[in-house]
Amino acid sequence: MDGYYAFMLVATALVLMMTVPALALFYGGMSRSKSVLNMMMMSYGAFAIAAIVFVLWGWSEGWGGDGLGNGDGNLLNSPFDMFGLDGVSHINYIYVVFQLTFAAITVALISGAIADRVKMSAWFVFVPIWLTACYFPIAHNVWGGGWLATQLSKGSTIAQDYAGGTVVHINAGIAGGILALIIGKRVGFMKDPMRPHNLTLTMIGAGLLWFGWYGFNVGSIVFTSDSMADPTAFSTQFQGETGVTFLNTTIATCAAMLGWLLMERILHGKATSLGAASGIVAGLVAITPACGAVDLTGAIAIGAAAGILCAAAVGLKFKLKLDDSLDVVGVHLVGGLVGTLLIGFLSTSKAPGGIDGLFYGGGLSSLGDQSLAALFTIVWTGLLTTVIALAIKYTIGWRVDEEAEVEGIDYDQHGETAYDLHTSTSSSASTGVLAGSTAPVSEGANA
Amino acid sequence: MKLVTAVIKPHKWEDVREALETFGVTGMTVSEVSGYGRQKGHTEVYRGAEYDIALVPKIRIEIVVDDGDTEDVVGIIVKTAQTGRIGDGKVWVSPVDTVVRVRTGDRDAAAL
Repeated sequence: MDGYYAFMLVATALVLMMTVPALALFYGGMSRSKSVLNMMMMSYGAFAIAAIVFVLWGWSEGWGGDGLGNGDGNLLNSPFDMFGLDGVSHINYIYVVFQLTFAAITVALISGAIADRVKMSAWFVFVPIWLTACYFPIAHNVWGGGWLATQLSKGSTIAQDYAGGTVVHINAGIAGGILALIIGKRVGFMKDPMRPHNLTLTMIGAGLLWFGWYGFNVGSIVFTSDSMADPTAFSTQFQGETGVTFLNTTIATCAAMLGWLLMERILHGKATSLGAASGIVAGLVAITPACGAVDLTGAIAIGAAAGILCAAAVGLKFKLKLDDSLDVVGVHLVGGLVGTLLIGFLSTSKAPGGIDGLFYGGGLSSLGDQSLAALFTIVWTGLLTTVIALAIKYTIGWRVDEEAEVEGIDYDQHGETAYDLHTSTSSSASTGVLAGSTAPVSEGANA
Repeated sequence: MKLVTAVIKPHKWEDVREALETFGVTGMTVSEVSGYGRQKGHTEVYRGAEYDIALVPKIRIEIVVDDGDTEDVVGIIVKTAQTGRIGDGKVWVSPVDTVVRVRTGDRDAAAL
């Protein structure tokens, strides 16, 4: 059990890294140079808020138990039962922090849909409300033993979501789409060039996401077992399962990257670096719910399907005229659905999940459960995100004014610009700023 | 005196500088600029979205020369920077009234 505990400490730190800095880099590189700091701050800020909210009432609302969910079968759990982790033993704190990092990255993922145009204050108001209304309830229903899990487990199969296809990716994807719709397009969308300003950042971010995803998927073994109940049995499960989830995560990601590049080569003539980075993330998203449910063939099929379908889906926003700026719908909603629904076909009793899907003679039962879990998430989060987004729109308002958006949201919201591209002129300006403050003017004094 | 301004392809800049130095040009002002001519930029595709990149990066060279050297300098630049394909750039010549060397106050020919 000591080894398992040590592994969870590492896995948790890896998932933390996925939000800060991996997602911030992935999104930051795709935004424009005048808004990269704001884009990165949306991830960093989301993490800080989610962490505080999570320990105060998130754990209570989502899990409500000591180490695992309470399995109460209820649609909602009280945020106050275990407020401030009241009743959680210290040895189980690591599972709280592990779950905390999931809540943080899920809400941070949404920010990509509304890049370059949203007031920091509106985002900081949205994050805790959305987590409370959408993330914790869905987590409770899928992982915490809430109503949905209880209903679906009455049949011959259960809905399988190993690491968050519904809770994380479909959830963030649908929320991102709705926010983009309600908040509206960026000034100049489909008219001005809005190409990514630094794809090296995006490539680094995608690589770090991939690395961190091993904590995310492999560490998610916590969802499947109460390790304390029977340590010996758990030890066997741990050794038989982690290698499978690790390998499936790897193979699906490779297949998705190649699938995306192939689509680009066919549709646009060239395989791009942004396509590779996007394919990596699409594959990781799709294998997230499925990494414990499928064998190698299934992992390759899910990865390839995600790469190809997501590459096709990212073009839809221009047809729909929906400014989902960094394709949260195209990658996370579509990728999440691909993984969640393909489990119904490709799940096999040879994998740790142990349920046969349609292609393995298990009939339609698994596919039905997977569809219901996906539908539940889409309807719940779709409705509540609409309410939250409209409430913010008609009270404090979402958007910076048009002039600030055109000039650059970094300067408007943070008083900073990411890049000093004209050294000789801007250094004289900075002397002027320093002269008015108490900060030492000479660089020697600063050092 | 004349001001020779040349806008050329960035990868030709080193060749042009070497050729001009061999000829005896001792200094020049160089800037990275962007613009377009008949080639009208190019398109790039990001996640399936095509962007017209109207502006192409170029190098602009500015040299002030004696009237007698003007044709030679222009000829060297054109010969060295030429690839024969669209986007090779332009060279133009304009008159200069006065040149002053800031360090010494020398004027005109002495300042070149």
